[in-house]
Amino acid sequence: MRARLIIARLIQAIPVVIGVVVITFILTRALPGDPAVYFAGDAADEASIQQVRETLGLDKPLPHQFLQYVRDLVRGDWGNSLSTGQPVLADLARRLPASLELTLLALLLSCAIAIPLGVMAATSPGSWKDHLCRVLVTAGVSLPTFFTGILLVYVFYYLLDIVPSPLGRLDFIYIEPDSITGFYLIDGALTGDWETFRGAAKQLVLPATTMAIFTLAPIARMTRASMLTALSSDFIRTARAAGLARRKILMGYALRNALLPVVTTLGMVFSFALGANVLVEKVFAWPGIGSYAVDALVASDYAAVQGFVLAMALLFVALNLIIDLVYALIDPRIGFDS
Amino acid sequence: MTDVSRRRFLQTGAVTAATLPFLRALPAAAAGDDVLVAVNGQTINSLDLHRTGTNRPSYQVAINCYDRLVSFGTKPSSGGGLEFDYSKVEPELAESWTVSDDGLVLTFTLRDATFQDGSPVTAADVKWSFDRAVSLGGFPAVQMKAGGFTRPDQFAALDDKTFQITLDFPSKLAIPDLAVPIPFVINSKVAMANATADDPWATEYLHKNTIGSGAFKVARWTPGEQLVYERFDDWASGPTPAYKRVVIREVPSSATRRAVIERGDAQVSFNIPSKDALELSEKLEVNSTPIANCINCIGLNTNFAPFTDSDVRKAVAYAIPYESIFQVAAYGRGAPLWGEETERSDIAWPRKTGYYEDLDKAKEHLAKSGYPDGFEVPFSISLNQLDWMEPAALLIQESLAKIGITVTIDKIPGADWRTASLVEKRLAFHLEGFGGWLDTPDYYFFWAYKDGHLFNSSNYRNEEIETLVDTTLHIPVDDPAYTPNVKRMFEIALDELPRIPLWQPALNVALNGADDYEFWFHRQLDVRPIKPV
Repeated sequence: MRARLIIARLIQAIPVVIGVVVITFILTRALPGDPAVYFAGDAADEASIQQVRETLGLDKPLPHQFLQYVRDLVRGDWGNSLSTGQPVLADLARRLPASLELTLLALLLSCAIAIPLGVMAATSPGSWKDHLCRVLVTAGVSLPTFFTGILLVYVFYYLLDIVPSPLGRLDFIYIEPDSITGFYLIDGALTGDWETFRGAAKQLVLPATTMAIFTLAPIARMTRASMLTALSSDFIRTARAAGLARRKILMGYALRNALLPVVTTLGMVFSFALGANVLVEKVFAWPGIGSYAVDALVASDYAAVQGFVLAMALLFVALNLIIDLVYALIDPRIGFDS
Repeated sequence: MTDVSRRRFLQTGAVTAATLPFLRALPAAAAGDDVLVAVNGQTINSLDLHRTGTNRPSYQVAINCYDRLVSFGTKPSSGGGLEFDYSKVEPELAESWTVSDDGLVLTFTLRDATFQDGSPVTAADVKWSFDRAVSLGGFPAVQMKAGGFTRPDQFAALDDKTFQITLDFPSKLAIPDLAVPIPFVINSKVAMANATADDPWATEYLHKNTIGSGAFKVARWTPGEQLVYERFDDWASGPTPAYKRVVIREVPSSATRRAVIERGDAQVSFNIPSKDALELSEKLEVNSTPIANCINCIGLNTNFAPFTDSDVRKAVAYAIPYESIFQVAAYGRGAPLWGEETERSDIAWPRKTGYYEDLDKAKEHLAKSGYPDGFEVPFSISLNQLDWMEPAALLIQESLAKIGITVTIDKIPGADWRTASLVEKRLAFHLEGFGGWLDTPDYYFFWAYKDGHLFNSSNYRNEEIETLVDTTLHIPVDDPAYTPNVKRMFEIALDELPRIPLWQPALNVALNGADDYEFWFHRQLDVRPIKPV
């Protein structure tokens, strides 16, 4: 039953993906700039620019270019990125795990702090705990990530020297683990290469903390708000009257009901964080997908921009599906039947 | 190189250089004198300079992994350390060469060198590589043309060790143009084995593999992350480099690059912002060599109404706050080009222009012009080069307001900048920073002052300049006509002022734990001469 509904949801996503393909194609062409000029090099003259334009197939009419693009896409060829010189699919396969590893770890860290913080604040509104929560949250949103990032680098790397140099996913003395999932932590653990695992984990500490500080705010605020609503609702009063243990009321009834909006927020924060990663990636030389997309945009690198948007669209289709499934797990009243 | 698996890499590593510290968990300090770590802010997008779409930072691969026939000597640099010496052409892969009396036939004798796979370098390899450089088109073909090399039939392998070039006309630029990164020598046997019918020049293979006879080979390349060079111990064309392995790490954030070089986790930070160069120079060795034949200037587009008037151009030139721009936009790194004109007897270039900030003179010229009450004009800058263009633009805006010229600043996206400024030449008032690889003034004029040429973003045309550049470009510098011709070019250009030179920018490189950096005209990191302190 559930499998059929998942398939139905995936089918519903097809028009979305087609729309994304068409719109990104048109939008990238509408960007200012001429990739042929950009990539012909510093001292290229008219003739060599024209030559480059022909090599790139940009001299053909737009509908022709679009058909070519769709035909290649169907065959699984996402084109070649000009700015990295690699197939777009290979670039994404290497960079998406880097971004996901960082974002997921940051969110995990952020949830581990934000949810207890929100619950704590909600149980005693107006107390010092609530104010602590408010201060942390305000600080978190008001510090831009690149600033937090540079500050953390300055303190923990430059002054205290307790973290490794902020140069990407692994210090140059390590060799990246054989790619199984592309997540260095998981690959390191799977192959039992604990040196690399430790190396990758050390590199992750600062960027993940930076992102966690930034994503803390919405999660903590949402937890606090929905916990307050839950705690003041009738079923909690009934539970209290029935003399249930405080822990049982808080965790079993209030939190479980309060989690739904938190999960929704989490989905939004995740998508937002994946995009907002760019600045963190730049500061920590993280070879992620955000900086890839920005660099591609700056260079009018059509294939890379299209590939990025398409990959993100697919990712969000999957993400929304997962969130819907999680809803059903948290709250059995929500089914796919409706 | 991306397909090199880790196991293969470890195996080959074990065979070739068993001692190298690439293994799991060696602290950076223990890496010792064998490994050089250099950081820069840009991506290397190909290992093959000739390929379409290869970006500027990738040129360093051609420099470090391949040999050219000739190279330049070095001389002490005003920025500290050494820089290339354009007047001294030195042998690299060619042991010696002769030029026929009419200057048309260049005959090179190759030294005994081997490629990195052990096979000998022959004249046939040189011929194949040169054919490739002129046949694939794009920028390599343009640069080859500057030296007079346009067709494969100009190149001939007479025997294994003798390579001959026949020119259509004698040119002083021919031999220097063989020292630029473009005509590098490729192992043609390996390349041809990897060529296909669709890809006769093996661009796909060379994109990912280095098969040269140079000092290094690329051991690993992860675009967007790092590139690792490994020394080729049998390099024949120069002294063995000090480092066995060089790691080029890409770090987009200049703040992070600065932290890493200050802490000494990297030994070289290449092309750092002028502000960092100024501040770091108190603690570290910082090399700021003014870039040869390069000028940051203001372009006044002679196709647009107010700038058709030569008095308007002069008024603008006298209203520029040169000193403040140099201090704020370049932090004083580089060479000033304003103020009392360099002796006319000297043909040094870039040179001081004779213009300086003098608002009274500016007002005088404006009053004489067709626009005594001033005018409004947009000033265009590139979003990609805001670091120097934005402060310069703001200062120019402020200063021109004082003589009645209202300037609005127009920021153009990086991808559109080249199209707008150089290809379509549709910016009335803008900044430009061309630098010529071949270091003669007439070469600069060829690109920047001749009508229709790429870097002439001012649409300038002067009949005398047209003929002067054409007659001067290829004659030797000791020709009696050369010096007078160049002086005449200076005279016209500085009187007509389609471009107002501001300053000669510098390339800033910070070193911490490494030494003997050399500045080269191609503005890329040549890792071969660098040594540990």
